[in-house]
Amino acid sequence: MPTHTLSVLVENKPGVLARVSGLFSRRGFNIESLAVGPTEVHEVSRMTIVVDATQEIEQVTKQLNKLVHVLKIVELERDDAVTRQLWLIKVAAEGRTRGEVIELAEVFRTRVVDVDADSVTFEATGSQDKLDALVRLLTPYGIRELVRSGTVAVGRGSKSITEGRALRLERSA
Amino acid sequence: MNEITGAQAVIRALEEQGVEVIFGHPGGAILPAYDPLLASSIRHVLARHEQGAGHMAEGYAQATGRVGVALTTSGPGGTNLVTALADAYMDSVPIVALTGQVPTAAVGGDAFQEADITGITMPVTKHNEMIVDPERISGAIKEAFHIASTGRPGPVLLDLPKDVLNTTFSYEPADRLALPGYKPTMRGHGRMVREAVREICAAERPVIYAGGGVIKANGHEALRRLAEQANLPVVTTLMARGAFPDSHPQHLGMPGMHGHWTAVTAMQKADLLITLGARFDDRVTGNLEAFAPDARVIHVDVDPAEIGKNREPEVPIVGDCRLVTEQLCDALGSAMESDPSLLPDLSAWWETLDTWRAEHPLRDTQQAEGPLKPQTVIRAIGERLGGESIVVTGVGQHQMWAAQHISYERPRSWINSGGLGTMGFCVPAAIGAKTGCPDRLVVAIDGDGSFQMTLQELATAKTEGIPVVFCVINNGSLGMVRQWQELFYDKRYSSVGLGFGVPDFVKLAEAYQMPGFYCETVEDIDATLDKALAVKDSPVLIDFRVDTDEKVFPMVPAGASNDDILESSEEWYAQTGSTGEAGEPGGAGLPERLREGNVV
Repeated sequence: MPTHTLSVLVENKPGVLARVSGLFSRRGFNIESLAVGPTEVHEVSRMTIVVDATQEIEQVTKQLNKLVHVLKIVELERDDAVTRQLWLIKVAAEGRTRGEVIELAEVFRTRVVDVDADSVTFEATGSQDKLDALVRLLTPYGIRELVRSGTVAVGRGSKSITEGRALRLERSA
Repeated sequence: MNEITGAQAVIRALEEQGVEVIFGHPGGAILPAYDPLLASSIRHVLARHEQGAGHMAEGYAQATGRVGVALTTSGPGGTNLVTALADAYMDSVPIVALTGQVPTAAVGGDAFQEADITGITMPVTKHNEMIVDPERISGAIKEAFHIASTGRPGPVLLDLPKDVLNTTFSYEPADRLALPGYKPTMRGHGRMVREAVREICAAERPVIYAGGGVIKANGHEALRRLAEQANLPVVTTLMARGAFPDSHPQHLGMPGMHGHWTAVTAMQKADLLITLGARFDDRVTGNLEAFAPDARVIHVDVDPAEIGKNREPEVPIVGDCRLVTEQLCDALGSAMESDPSLLPDLSAWWETLDTWRAEHPLRDTQQAEGPLKPQTVIRAIGERLGGESIVVTGVGQHQMWAAQHISYERPRSWINSGGLGTMGFCVPAAIGAKTGCPDRLVVAIDGDGSFQMTLQELATAKTEGIPVVFCVINNGSLGMVRQWQELFYDKRYSSVGLGFGVPDFVKLAEAYQMPGFYCETVEDIDATLDKALAVKDSPVLIDFRVDTDEKVFPMVPAGASNDDILESSEEWYAQTGSTGEAGEPGGAGLPERLREGNVV
């Protein structure tokens, strides 16, 4: 499914996540995925928001820009950005299949983070397409649990979106 | 050491913002803030309901151009403010609401009178904040006033937990705004301004579409300069009545669902709309697809999100309405200096407009023997108003008639609830307006339905000595809903009859210790107004008993094209095959394009 990926720099203040997510739902937008955390500047958090591309996002980004705690919004184009998700996948793996499962997962450069008598848990990162393929292959063995992080994304090249306004905040804080 | 309590800090910070009056209602969590008010220069007007306090702050703000302030307690004190905040958000009214909150340690525990008011009001405020540290009080209040009054104005709410109000600390006034993410664009982009001038010089049928933003930005003089400089016709929306003098020969009236025929039609036929601080609201455009089909659009607005929201402009200009309009005037002026014949000849367009104005005035439906018509009353009130007066209305038919039939000559002489359409707005907003402008005559024109939503504030007007002239246009019904039921639901009147006599408005006035008058004939209007306007030291109330069947025309049915504007009941019923007389069907036979569809 085609998507828009927005990187939103916000002041790291209480309630800012509710303001941003509330605005999307209020204006009729579904958020596919959302990840948030502080940036290299402690007072600034970065949200990576993925929305369905069939929706016209100009209005919602303009409304988002009006939130007092929103500092900057950049839409990351698919070809000009690195996007990653982190998935934790708990797979049924008894003695007989354990070797196959681990071998399969290694092809996708996952890490085994937990092993039990009848299960193995992998940590997998990558783009959504790659992770989807991995899960497809693991499904026949029995997926016990699947936990996905939101997408995080960064633009390719040396340009940084946290320069400028966000750094002025650092100086004034 | 300058040690004071958080509550004292709140009042001091408000004084530092130049606040002269607060509209409010005390209660448990906000008690600490009411104590230092006793020693403050700030006047407190005690409302009878927190919604009233909120609308009073709005009326004050719209009449004066300053920030209105409301102060209430936690829980229901805050939730009762929500309608007023939503109203202020829709109409871009600068108010700051301060609410009490349960102590920070109790927040989240369902304490007595606890409500998550910052959560509840997020969608209806420009910004809000719960202050959890007394050191933050001064800065938060400074920022709240700045945010409320700059850019696109709007409501800001500050939530004040009781322990923060009770903490003693060393107070230092904030010396700067910590708002890195807030910087409204004020000046228009030079290239876009020059582009706009080129559009104006190329247009054959231009219209200036002036909205409430012109008044918010104090751009009325710039608007007049621009209109006169280029001989442009002007329409003023419901929110912009008074932004351009009604008596000015270039003024065409109000556009929209119940606008003046010429204003509506001029926009439909225009080849250029010079849009200043307006937002292509559905009540103005009707069916958006069919709105002003031949017009190119210049759109000036301080809020970038309004530009392209409903109509894609050819020339978008983000900026303050006054500054950008002045930029347009200056750019036009220097262009004309180098080429005096630059401006197009608009004489053919003006000839058309003048013909329309002559052929399509508002209809006078008053008959000599018939019942008193509401428009007759409202025109009579209008004739008694000087240019310095302020008219405040509620929401419904009376609001539309007051917008149509009274002449507004200066900004801030007309105050109403436009975007949210809040019945009950009138009484408290008029009290707020009169509080801010005690030397102006403030006339509240309300409907009997709208009036009964907030009439408890008559007590505020009386006890605080705020002499508003309250005029109830009493048709014994929820007239606008009734009108739609007649026209779209074949006269199947459902829950719109309020009846006459309950309450008896004259006795109600007497119960609130103010003179009450009754009028039901054309002949009595002047004498009644004489008596009511002679009272200077008390609010007064007039019960004008008017025709229940009267409808607001012109009318563009919701969702229809503005080309289908209808000017009278007769013209309406000519479309249905019914005469519309008593016993005859209502709007059952309307053609499809005029039927109420799934539109608001």
